[in-house]
Amino acid sequence: MKISREDVVRVAELAYLDLSDGELETYRKQVDEILEYIGKLNELDTTFVAPMAQVLTDDQTADATLREDVEVPCHGAAELLKQAPDPEPPYFRVPKVIER
Amino acid sequence: MATNWTIDGVKEALAAKKISARELAAEHYSRIAARNPQLNAFLALSEERAYAQADRVDALVAARKSLPPLAGVPIAIKDVLSTRGVPTTCGSKILEHYVPPYDATAVERLEAAGAILLGKTNCDEFAMGSSNENSAYGPVLNPEATDRIPGGSSGGSAAAVAAGLAVAALGTDTGGSIRQPGAMCGVPAMMGSYGRVSRYGLIAFASSLDRVGPFANNARDVATVLQVIAGRDPNDSTSTTVPVPDYAAEIAKPVAGLRIGIPREYFGAGMDGEVRKKIEAGIEVLKKLGCKTVEIHMPHTDYAIAVYYIIATAEASSNLARYDGVRYGLRVNDDSLLAMYRKTRGAGFGAEVKRRIVLGTYVLSAGYYDAYYLKGQKVRALIAQDFHRAFAQVDAIVTPTSPVPAFKLGERTNDPLQMYLADIYTVTGSLAGIPGISVPCGKICGKLPVGLQIFGPAFGEARVLQLAHAFEQAGGASV
Repeated sequence: MKISREDVVRVAELAYLDLSDGELETYRKQVDEILEYIGKLNELDTTFVAPMAQVLTDDQTADATLREDVEVPCHGAAELLKQAPDPEPPYFRVPKVIER
Repeated sequence: MATNWTIDGVKEALAAKKISARELAAEHYSRIAARNPQLNAFLALSEERAYAQADRVDALVAARKSLPPLAGVPIAIKDVLSTRGVPTTCGSKILEHYVPPYDATAVERLEAAGAILLGKTNCDEFAMGSSNENSAYGPVLNPEATDRIPGGSSGGSAAAVAAGLAVAALGTDTGGSIRQPGAMCGVPAMMGSYGRVSRYGLIAFASSLDRVGPFANNARDVATVLQVIAGRDPNDSTSTTVPVPDYAAEIAKPVAGLRIGIPREYFGAGMDGEVRKKIEAGIEVLKKLGCKTVEIHMPHTDYAIAVYYIIATAEASSNLARYDGVRYGLRVNDDSLLAMYRKTRGAGFGAEVKRRIVLGTYVLSAGYYDAYYLKGQKVRALIAQDFHRAFAQVDAIVTPTSPVPAFKLGERTNDPLQMYLADIYTVTGSLAGIPGISVPCGKICGKLPVGLQIFGPAFGEARVLQLAHAFEQAGGASV
């Protein structure tokens, strides 16, 4: 077994994800099966392989230099705030963060 | 059933004043009204925007002005691409009422080229899936066989084009999500090289893999749409300045003498026997066109799914951190901020998305990073090297797009690993960053479409399209 119920609980905490007891057990089983499958990568010796951190090669990458710092029109705060579940223009309102 | 329009057909009909852009849009909306209740390919329609654009095109026609390349062409957009003023849900409950304040660059470019935006197409939630069954708004049915899945994740876009509800569509491909539904619905579907099309406004799943690309009724139409959306965009730092060739000119070139690599690793166990027969017949078509086939060896193919499900889920767990109930989308209230986050995400995400967040967070977490994520990045480099080596020897690589034809709804939903393995022939090209197309290659029992996949080297889109076009002209679609 690659992943325990405690591992899934910890990961769900890290990801701020509420999972029911049923979900915890289902995901533990399924993720365990996937991790077992992923284990086949250990058949390969990759000691001297450099990780592929970029897809484009240096000559294909456009942003070798930073773009010019120019002002461009931006979406107005009012329009963006309209999408918020609980706007208090010009703020997003959230539940109390600091307990006294 | 009415036949599907092509881009050339639209162009001619508009120029000859046989139909107006407004009438063409109306015709497509009436097709949608007739078939969408069953197919569930569209999640939202943008009629107001479509008719306003149609009127602009009709004004150009009336004034005898020259028409832009997609003038009056009705196009559908996958619901992970932002559309100003038109709901964009990503197939998720967590974005149920989200209306973007801006357009994705690809969408903006289509409209600037005269295209008519019909609406948004259904997809697996956040593009995570291979069957479209992970949409919070119900699955799409395959227009060719309505008891079956259309493929995924861009199932709505594939089905819309196949059923003639749109002349072309945009999808996104992270591990096969354009090519696989293209194959299963029997329409050409292409992903360009990583960096070829801007991702600005594409709601992120896995940023090092996500690509935007077209579905259409023929290879020439795919080339026309790609031409419009390709090229550098200052709003996406990974979009490249590598020049975009004139695809329409390139695809007309003869293919005789081109060397086609056939990797034996793509014809192994797990492949449906009927799919194999069709692909072998498709390869014969290429040979008759004068292409030389070369058996090649790509030793790391078998590791691609394992690598993909590390990298894609790791990136997804990070990208999806933004859905926190504060700035947009769903909020489930609680007195504490952290509990609000947890409840919102627990209620807003569907099962596959949660599963991938769990896996992705795990492979990135302290103590496991080297064993999984770093290992994945290293094997990804080996897979890219397989392609690099192959393209020193051949001009293109031909494989099946999917090991199986469209399966029945519900057949694989309880076994995520089996579902993932449906992407076995497409994820390799995703990891390597190269372009690939799926073109129709016959139908099993005259019913279930099979797709032939053509890979080219990075920024070799013209070569890929040239082969796809020649294959299609030589009758490849009806082998």
